[in-house]
Amino acid sequence: MALFYGSLEQGLIFGIMAIGVYLTFRVLNFPDLTVDGSFTLGGATAASLIVAGWNPWAASLVTLFTGAAAGLVTGLLHTKGKINGLLAGILTMIGLYSINLRVMGRANVSLLKQSTVKTDLEALSKSLGVDRHLVFMAVFLLVLLVIKGLIDWFLRTDLGTAVRATGDNPTMVKSFGVDTDRTIILGLMLSNALVGFSGGLIAQYHGYADAQMGIGMIIIGLASVIIGEVLVGAPTIVRATLAAAVGAIAYRFVIALALTANMSPNDLKLLTALIVILALILPPRWEKRRLRRRLEAAGDTANRAMSHDPAAGGTVNSATALSAVSTDKEGDAR
Amino acid sequence: MTRPMLVVDGISKTFNPGTPNAKQALRDVRLSLQPGEFVIIIGSNGAGKSTLLSAIAGRFSVDRGRIVLDGVDMTDWPEHRRAKAIGRVFQDPLMGTSPSLSILENMAIADKRGKPRGLRSSLGAAHRRRYQEALKELELGLEGRLGAKVGTLSGGERQALSLLMATFTEPKLLLLDEHTAALDPKRAELVLKLTERIVRTKGLTTLMITHNMEHALRMGDRLIMMHGGEIVLDLGREEKARMRVPDLLAAFERVRGEALLDDRLVLG
Repeated sequence: MALFYGSLEQGLIFGIMAIGVYLTFRVLNFPDLTVDGSFTLGGATAASLIVAGWNPWAASLVTLFTGAAAGLVTGLLHTKGKINGLLAGILTMIGLYSINLRVMGRANVSLLKQSTVKTDLEALSKSLGVDRHLVFMAVFLLVLLVIKGLIDWFLRTDLGTAVRATGDNPTMVKSFGVDTDRTIILGLMLSNALVGFSGGLIAQYHGYADAQMGIGMIIIGLASVIIGEVLVGAPTIVRATLAAAVGAIAYRFVIALALTANMSPNDLKLLTALIVILALILPPRWEKRRLRRRLEAAGDTANRAMSHDPAAGGTVNSATALSAVSTDKEGDAR
Repeated sequence: MTRPMLVVDGISKTFNPGTPNAKQALRDVRLSLQPGEFVIIIGSNGAGKSTLLSAIAGRFSVDRGRIVLDGVDMTDWPEHRRAKAIGRVFQDPLMGTSPSLSILENMAIADKRGKPRGLRSSLGAAHRRRYQEALKELELGLEGRLGAKVGTLSGGERQALSLLMATFTEPKLLLLDEHTAALDPKRAELVLKLTERIVRTKGLTTLMITHNMEHALRMGDRLIMMHGGEIVLDLGREEKARMRVPDLLAAFERVRGEALLDDRLVLG
């Protein structure tokens, strides 16, 4: 049961990180490897501030800003420095490794005997007389839902729509007067703010921050986004952010399952990589097969009825087929 | 004479300068457009037509010369800043719209051209009504499909939508780069009719590239022919009205002293 609670609680916190990864990977179409560094930066920031006597909730809020700063660096390297996006992220990530050691002053900072978000919630559960896991889950769920709601709202504002269009068709959005450098930087800052925040909460949940805690985090984020898309689907923004959060929780349960099946913790990263590889390879293939079936069905209809589109006359079916094929190509390019 | 809307003052551009691939794409091009003037550009492949439009839109900086829009020198402005006053429709119907966004969201992006994009939303009921009014003009039924993702539309529908979006905020200049070339004849005709109607009713200053001689003679107030990065022929309304397709070919041969050997030119 402890494993179940642990997985769910961690999943809720990692869900915030997954929504951040969704922002770059899906919305901006930018695979941002800053995440490994900014997650740790969040943990390091929160832990160091708490040890220095800060209120843990205030320290958690600060991680939003340090995360955003990491995203800003990657964004500037990519847009103003014209460095390839993957490389820009890696450079920030590597630089952050040293910065995180500087922030902590050593390789890890223990939060035992410190007042953290977790100890605050434990105190709350005692005063309410309820199980502490109930309070953890309720509060983490609330935080996750508030963040999800804010991101959903933002992506439908004029600015958020411009950010989405930047990832979708930069040529088009530039031709309508959008400075894509700014929308890319904004998206990266927002994403890494969430990643850093998640890292700060995880450090408090585990009771320590460690220079290694972010390794492979981008892959976990990607796994969460993709698993979520398979489980929940992502036809709208509201569903897509939900999918990322659900995917993060599902990922935790996959890991818990692997551990109960006596898998060595050392093999977990390999397992994660395999999950992401499968999740990247399989869904596009399913999509292609579905498309082919749809095309064949359209061909059959063509023989029976000439047209269902009055504007196109008899050419409708080849036109529909063509547009379907071109959507397929777009999908491949992405 | 009123003040010209667009002045292209002697611009030149060489790509890959100093390398064996160096290509002078524009040579001292001079062009002036009156407000509301609708100018057609023709020319063979590599004549510099698209390069001229890209230079005006700011996709690259020119080596020499100035580009002045409505009295403001914008030669040194980046592309997105010029785009506040310039609408563009591309040859590829996929380029002018955002496929995974809905028709509504695409219209909202077009609607905010030249205005600050903040934390308000342009997707509300009042905006929807305005967009629907405009979409009705296309007569494609798109006004009833505001929530549909643009990626699900056909090429013709997407290009008609691109045109509507590019002209929605009545930009000072409209650049059409062979915007019907990728469409089948029926849809091309539809988009051309829309172009004529929108450009005329909104009185937009327009530069339109075409490979179709018949379209070139039928549309616009003025006809420009480019060759080798230069404007080699500039016909006003009256001269253009007297022209037939064979005259146009003859004029081309006379100016260049060479036969027109380009199978991409559609003789109409």
